[in-house]
Amino acid sequence: MCGIIGFIDRAKSRMDGSGIKAALSLMNERGSGEGAGYAAYGIYPEYADYYALHVFFDNMGEAKKKVDEILQLWGEIVHQEEIPNTPQPGLKKVHIPWRYFFKPSQNLIAGRMASENDVVMHIVMEVNEKINGATIFSSGKNMGVFKASGWPEDVANFYRIEDYKGYIWLAHHRYPTNSPEWWGGAHPFNLLNWSVVHNGEITSYGTNKRYVEGYGYKCTALTDTEVIAYLFDILGRQHGLSHEMIVRALVPPFWDDIDRMPEKEAMLNKAIRLTYGPALMNGPFSIVVGTDDGIVVFTDRIKLRPLVVGENGSKLYVSSEEAAIRTMDPEVKSIYTPRAGEPIIGRFI
Amino acid sequence: MTLGSVPPKFKVSIDHDQCMDCGRCIENCSYGVYRREGDKILIESRKCTACLRCVSMCPRDAINITEKPIDYRSHPVWTREAREDIINQARSGKIILSGMGNARDLPIIYDNLLLDACQVTTPSIDPLREPMELRTYLGKKPSKLKFKKTESGDVELDTQLAPNLKLNTPIMIGHMSFGAISLNSQLSMAKAVKEIGTYMGAGEGGLHKNLYPYQDNMIVQVASGRFGVNIDYLERGAAIEVKIGQGAKPGIGGHLPGEKVNEEVSKTRMIPLGSDAISPAPHHDIYSIEDLVQLIRSLKEATEWKKPVFVKIAAVHSVARSAAGIARSSADAVVIDGFRGGTGAAPKVFRDHVGIPIETAIASVDQELRKQGVRNEISIIASGGIRSSADLAKSIALGADAVYIGTAALISLGCRVCGNCYRNLCPWGIATQRPDLVSRLDPEAGAVQVSNLIHGWTLELGELMGGAGINSIESLRGNRDRLRGYMLDEGMLNILDVLPAGA
Repeated sequence: MCGIIGFIDRAKSRMDGSGIKAALSLMNERGSGEGAGYAAYGIYPEYADYYALHVFFDNMGEAKKKVDEILQLWGEIVHQEEIPNTPQPGLKKVHIPWRYFFKPSQNLIAGRMASENDVVMHIVMEVNEKINGATIFSSGKNMGVFKASGWPEDVANFYRIEDYKGYIWLAHHRYPTNSPEWWGGAHPFNLLNWSVVHNGEITSYGTNKRYVEGYGYKCTALTDTEVIAYLFDILGRQHGLSHEMIVRALVPPFWDDIDRMPEKEAMLNKAIRLTYGPALMNGPFSIVVGTDDGIVVFTDRIKLRPLVVGENGSKLYVSSEEAAIRTMDPEVKSIYTPRAGEPIIGRFI
Repeated sequence: MTLGSVPPKFKVSIDHDQCMDCGRCIENCSYGVYRREGDKILIESRKCTACLRCVSMCPRDAINITEKPIDYRSHPVWTREAREDIINQARSGKIILSGMGNARDLPIIYDNLLLDACQVTTPSIDPLREPMELRTYLGKKPSKLKFKKTESGDVELDTQLAPNLKLNTPIMIGHMSFGAISLNSQLSMAKAVKEIGTYMGAGEGGLHKNLYPYQDNMIVQVASGRFGVNIDYLERGAAIEVKIGQGAKPGIGGHLPGEKVNEEVSKTRMIPLGSDAISPAPHHDIYSIEDLVQLIRSLKEATEWKKPVFVKIAAVHSVARSAAGIARSSADAVVIDGFRGGTGAAPKVFRDHVGIPIETAIASVDQELRKQGVRNEISIIASGGIRSSADLAKSIALGADAVYIGTAALISLGCRVCGNCYRNLCPWGIATQRPDLVSRLDPEAGAVQVSNLIHGWTLELGELMGGAGINSIESLRGNRDRLRGYMLDEGMLNILDVLPAGA
């Protein structure tokens, strides 16, 4: 069990992190104080054209040198610094959180690296697999992930989360069942502009992992959630599927339902199941994914984990608990629980 | 002859206090163990194969059969089998023929693989109360889909799907030809697969006209002998399978002893009456992969690209490379037949010594196809020694899409695995063409037994998946995280890409 939150202001009006912090802290009993994290979109407008690479360093020696070398090889670092933080008594600082603002060099984009995104993905996989003591945990543009092992308030205060203003927020409080010490195991998980918070377990992880590995992704986070970010990157970015279609592929309708659909619709759904069978996600989960143009929210096909949706004008909230939504917005207008597998998609207008 | 006789394999005895002298044992034994002399039933134990037909039919449980009543001096190297094979060959100067699958006492990897189940962090799924999806499609699949928007704004599919076979459960029955087995056996299985919504192989023996009503659930085979192959035959099948090799005898062709070639077999198979039908070792129009590619295309052209084409290969050391070559052709599925695969007749030395276990073959083929990025575009069908729903679940978790069963289906029809299939004397009416023996197998009753077996395994597979928190077969396929190896060495764990138990 974990507590998750997603927020989007579809009019792109930005909200600071204090509300999210309060809401996540409200769900303290859904976690164990061993991992919490936040993702915010729209926080780096001054560096909007640069990839914001957030890195955990175990030390500033060898690991940092190697990451600097890789980045300088592939492009230009326009700015770097430690991510501002304030020590918290309840939070053991086991890594140094660092951020780079980075732009891949145009003349290195060739062959398999067909775009800037491909280069950045390559760097992320390379660093996370091969460099001991360095983990890139956030690699999107104009967005960032802030996470650590600790209680939601402590993590928020450590990163001074209320200083950031974003039009999308994701938050997560973890009840880890593996690798509790390592900050990289906390959510959100991120690759490029995909960020994922996830309450649940993926029983199809072995199948999904082997599928994404076939596309060159490396599962290094020791937890099942990262595979969701990679599935979105394959289906969304590489195959060009719409958000609705991605969800359809990951949590497709049951065959009995497909058999009852009109012929064309049935054929489309059959094609999705045949083509994306290895991407189908099984197990109990509710998931929020942050993207370039909004948030995508869905649960498993038989809804074994909770998910509540609230709306107020241009603001869309989702969470494991209604109380968390009401904490963020006491004026919230409509509150409802979506059906199993039904996607809730919040897009900018 | 200076060799004399070898000790009988079995000792048959009748408890005369129990025996009611009904004579059913005499009627039922096609091997001629029993005969009546006066008011006595005499026994010739030497002829017994332990097919257990007499035991099953004796109304009084009066018959007892013991194995190896007289054994040789025990010796770790010169086993009974080693000595008797030498004696046989000293007598005959020939290749030793055998039936069924590999009979050596080698470790079975399936038995050392353990399945997973959910506990606290994940709920298990109850197939009695929640949907459980075992439906499987076999055939080429696109690597990605394209969509287009219609004028009305609807999203439409812009990718053409290749024809796929739809299976209600990932269990099919493998190719056993008319000739190797009786028409009543084929009919029993055909009725069962039709009822269940799955498929069976016709074998390389053509398709008897009595099977035409079931042709939509039959996969026709093109083997190196091309027996029974013509356009009518190809068009009748739901799919076509090119048989390159067979797990029981990799590297050689099919072998049907002349004793089994009666008039019906001769007509269906288009071969002379009473003659041995020995298929060539290779297809003489396939000397390399590009020739196979051409044959597949020709078969597809001939049937207007309406039918999936499978390619069956024996699991040998280079199986992964062969499968990768096949995956690059227009073939829809690769069938891998492990070294425990059964047969009606095979040289014993091949049956027992050539090829590799199906578990390792599934693992390496699945891995190689993934490495080359084509795994989901072609289906993998595994066969050869699959004995239970557990073997089935483990095969799928290792990476197979579906399995073929052969021996298991025959056992459901009465077979007791006596291994004398090549003699045309099968007292269960299965591996024989003798009309009096064939008539012992009622296709209606046989169909119920076969479909009961497949139903039973299907239910168990659903329960195993539910226990593991999985409600769709796609999520079990290649999900090796849900397997653990028990007492397997590190090399084997690496090949299987499975963690040891406890990890």
